[in-house]
Amino acid sequence: MNDVNEIDKKILKEIEDDSFSDKEVYNIRKNGKSIERKTNPFINIVSKEDNKGIDVYVNENTLLGIVHIPVILTESGLKDVVYNDFHIGKNANVIILAGCGVHNDEHKDTEHDGIHRFFLEENAKVKYIEKHYGEGKGSGKKILNPVTEITMKKGSSMTMDTTQIKGVDDTLRETRGVLEENTTLVINEKILTNETQNAKTIFEIELNGDNASTHVTSRSVATDESYQEFISNITGNSKCYAHVECDAILKEKGRVKAVPEIYAKNVEANLIHEAAIGKIAGEQLVKLMSLGLSEKEAEDVIIKGFLK
Amino acid sequence: MLEIKDICFKSDHKTILDHINLKLDEKKFYVITGPNGSGKSTLAKILMGIVKPDSGKILLNGKDITSLSVDERAKLGLGFAFQQPVRFKGLTVYDLLKIAVNKEISKMEACQILSKVGLCAKEYVDREINASLSGGELKRIEIATVMARNPKIAIFDEPEAGIDLWSFGNLTKVFKDLEIESEGITIVISHQERILQIADEIILLEQGKIRKIGKKEEMFEMIFEKPKCCKEDGERCE
Repeated sequence: MNDVNEIDKKILKEIEDDSFSDKEVYNIRKNGKSIERKTNPFINIVSKEDNKGIDVYVNENTLLGIVHIPVILTESGLKDVVYNDFHIGKNANVIILAGCGVHNDEHKDTEHDGIHRFFLEENAKVKYIEKHYGEGKGSGKKILNPVTEITMKKGSSMTMDTTQIKGVDDTLRETRGVLEENTTLVINEKILTNETQNAKTIFEIELNGDNASTHVTSRSVATDESYQEFISNITGNSKCYAHVECDAILKEKGRVKAVPEIYAKNVEANLIHEAAIGKIAGEQLVKLMSLGLSEKEAEDVIIKGFLK
Repeated sequence: MLEIKDICFKSDHKTILDHINLKLDEKKFYVITGPNGSGKSTLAKILMGIVKPDSGKILLNGKDITSLSVDERAKLGLGFAFQQPVRFKGLTVYDLLKIAVNKEISKMEACQILSKVGLCAKEYVDREINASLSGGELKRIEIATVMARNPKIAIFDEPEAGIDLWSFGNLTKVFKDLEIESEGITIVISHQERILQIADEIILLEQGKIRKIGKKEEMFEMIFEKPKCCKEDGERCE
């Protein structure tokens, strides 16, 4: 990995768990270009024209494939737009890890817009883990605008864990799903914003087939003067089930707006939305303090657990 | 020794505690009982520092702890089991027990702590302390977090509240063991006869005042006396 320097390694560590040397399938993108790639007979990665992104092809019946597609941005002022398409064959079972780390030491804004489209064939199964991270001392903003579009054929299921814990100044996260019959889409989102950061997330899910179901959980913490907006728009067109939960903790001057919309167009649709926004409950702090933690320690434990 | 000196507390201009004086000794199991609204829970919360008294002092082995915060008191060895346990999204039972004992413990050790309160531990140790746990389960976990600290002064605010009678039978054993084994002071707020039976001393509170302190034999007659509105022949009054 000649093109991967120390800063890159640090970023990779934040968005991935360990080194790449023993990974099965991966594609590392740095400052708008693919710099490292490895494939196997079951999973292929093909570049789109002009380095605009990649197509990942997972063969039918692939058992427990693991694909890593980290993105690193260290060039201040760069706006990187990438289109990644994932074609998951029938009955395939795959884990996809897509981390994005931005390091910006300068004054120019750095932006990464990742447009990820998932096409799940019948009975395909995907676990998609997305992690966003920003660092650097520069005044330039670190901006990440991920778009995730999920098309699910009969019997397929997908779990998406998306986390943005640190250092991203501005983010607009859009997730859209179209579900056929007997499909399940589970989305877990964790966001922490501080200083004057902004985060807006939009979920638009259409449940079209009978027994399609979705569970969206968003847990977020807004501290300092940061602002977050949570918008969900679930449409039930069939005998389907949806549960959307938005939980937010406020600190200092943090602000959170939740706009839930559920639209049942079928008498058999069962759609639920729950939203709770507020500061850390006083009794939670007192309980942990009664176990010997200071107020600050108690707060940290509660937030860490909440975003775990 | 824990001394409570002339504690007074008012809320919304209503007297909740009216000049409470008590001396509590080590190795003793005290039960504070009394009608609803008599000030029992408030007194317990004042001991732990959750509620600040309007006047009066609390002395622990001669040291004035009245102005100390909840965590400072916890560090001095006070423990408090809440009447209504708190839920935490994201924290597991294991996480909470590790905080309680203030060190890294193995899951096996956590299981041993849970077993003491009658929870089949393996099923619980990784559970989140959220709405998926029943009131009774939460209550036992709450009691376990206090016992795990082995506090010098353990305060339990209505441990029976929210627990069904069947489960409570098992829980009384926990308190019986505590009465035998504890080197510290145990204070239980309770209405339950089975808990009162364990007490070395019973403190009866009424309308914010201590009506009487004594051994259970002498207290039982007073506590379980017939309500004044009933006629001698047991016929209910209108």
